[in-house]
Amino acid sequence: MTIHTITCTVNGESEVVEVPAHWTLLQMLREKLGLTGTKNGCAGGECGACTVMLNGAPVNSCMVLGVECDGATIVTVEGLVKDGQLDPVQAAIVEAGGVQCGFCTPGVLISARSLLDRNPNPTEDEIKEALVGNLCRCTGYVRIIDGIKEAAKLNEPVVIKE
Amino acid sequence: MAREAHPALPEFDYIKPKTLAEASQFLSEHAGESRPLLGGTDIFVRLRDGAWKENKFLVDVKGLDGTDVLTFDEQTGLTVGAAVCMNRLSSFPAVKEHYPLLAEVCDTVAAYQLRNRATVVGNICNASPAGDTVGACLLYGGILNVFNVGGTRQEALNTFFVGPGKSVLKPGDIVTSLQLPIPPKGMIGKYLKLNRNNRGDLAIVGVTAAAYPNQDVPSGVTVRMALASVAPTPLVVSAIEDYFKQEKLTSDTVQTAAQLAMDSCKPIDDVRGTARYRSLMVRNLAKQALTALLEKM
Repeated sequence: MTIHTITCTVNGESEVVEVPAHWTLLQMLREKLGLTGTKNGCAGGECGACTVMLNGAPVNSCMVLGVECDGATIVTVEGLVKDGQLDPVQAAIVEAGGVQCGFCTPGVLISARSLLDRNPNPTEDEIKEALVGNLCRCTGYVRIIDGIKEAAKLNEPVVIKE
Repeated sequence: MAREAHPALPEFDYIKPKTLAEASQFLSEHAGESRPLLGGTDIFVRLRDGAWKENKFLVDVKGLDGTDVLTFDEQTGLTVGAAVCMNRLSSFPAVKEHYPLLAEVCDTVAAYQLRNRATVVGNICNASPAGDTVGACLLYGGILNVFNVGGTRQEALNTFFVGPGKSVLKPGDIVTSLQLPIPPKGMIGKYLKLNRNNRGDLAIVGVTAAAYPNQDVPSGVTVRMALASVAPTPLVVSAIEDYFKQEKLTSDTVQTAAQLAMDSCKPIDDVRGTARYRSLMVRNLAKQALTALLEKM
């Protein structure tokens, strides 16, 4: 097994990580950095539970190698909280009752934050389109979508890009 | 043996060359046990499924010379670097303006997160008959720029595909970019895809259709069609183009053309659908796609 040493910024902290070449970013986050908020659902780029921001854009972290992230900036669900304050999208989805089992929630939050960063006032169809890659088996999506609409109304996008 | 629910990737080493020459040299010296890596959205799935057991190295060619380029030139057309992801491509203003069909097909691939990694050149190089973006690239007359340490060359897309997962690429070849010429004036297009669910799935059947005014043919309009997931390679239906040389696109000729599309395909039974179902759906989708062109004209 070949180990690579990489440097990246994760949730604002500079990290030096020794990562096996065949490990995904998802494995690296969970097993090297202890950031278990990011979930392993399908390990095939379909369910979106592992969604994180990579250099400002949401990606499936199961479909990126850890070693590819040398020099990259990564934000996980843990990084959405700023100074103890929830991101508006977190607060609004909690308030709307958009969390049941919670397994999809970290990925949903990252996708939602990314949507509001690029489109502060999305329509319902735009919200649904942004969530195509985030499967939720509990909520039926209605309350998640309600929460994202409310978060958009708060109109206080938190810049989480470096 | 039961399949693991969340298989990890098998072991391999990751190679990040500094130049195309270095990458090509490595790939040719390790033919059969190495592959070029772009977005990885297909490679990782295949590796997890146990394919390519002989693979020992992934050679990351993102960022190498010419692979990040995304430019439009009024004379030569669009150049899409191999590493340009689908979201970057479909939001590029010149693509929206001059190649709207390309933007449309990109946006049907999987989901937003995946399209931040997935590339059109990767979609082409996988040579999957199901590639969503391949039909549009064929109808736009795409040409690939290929680097090899032995020399660079161009490969036209219409002779690129050899079989499922097989293309004319040889060990050491690296596709650096896709070139799309300026589309014919007034070209319109439509992509229709049959999925198991509404969004985000692979195509059970994909139909890409395009039409443009052309005074060189008796009908005055050229109509072309490419099919996905119904033959060993992405398929351009030459019978459609021939038929519409003489016939005008009307609600009547659409019926005949849809049957031509169905007759041209050679689908197989697989997990996503039976051959018979696919054939029938080609006819339906071809009809819908051509009708959509008729309405746009």
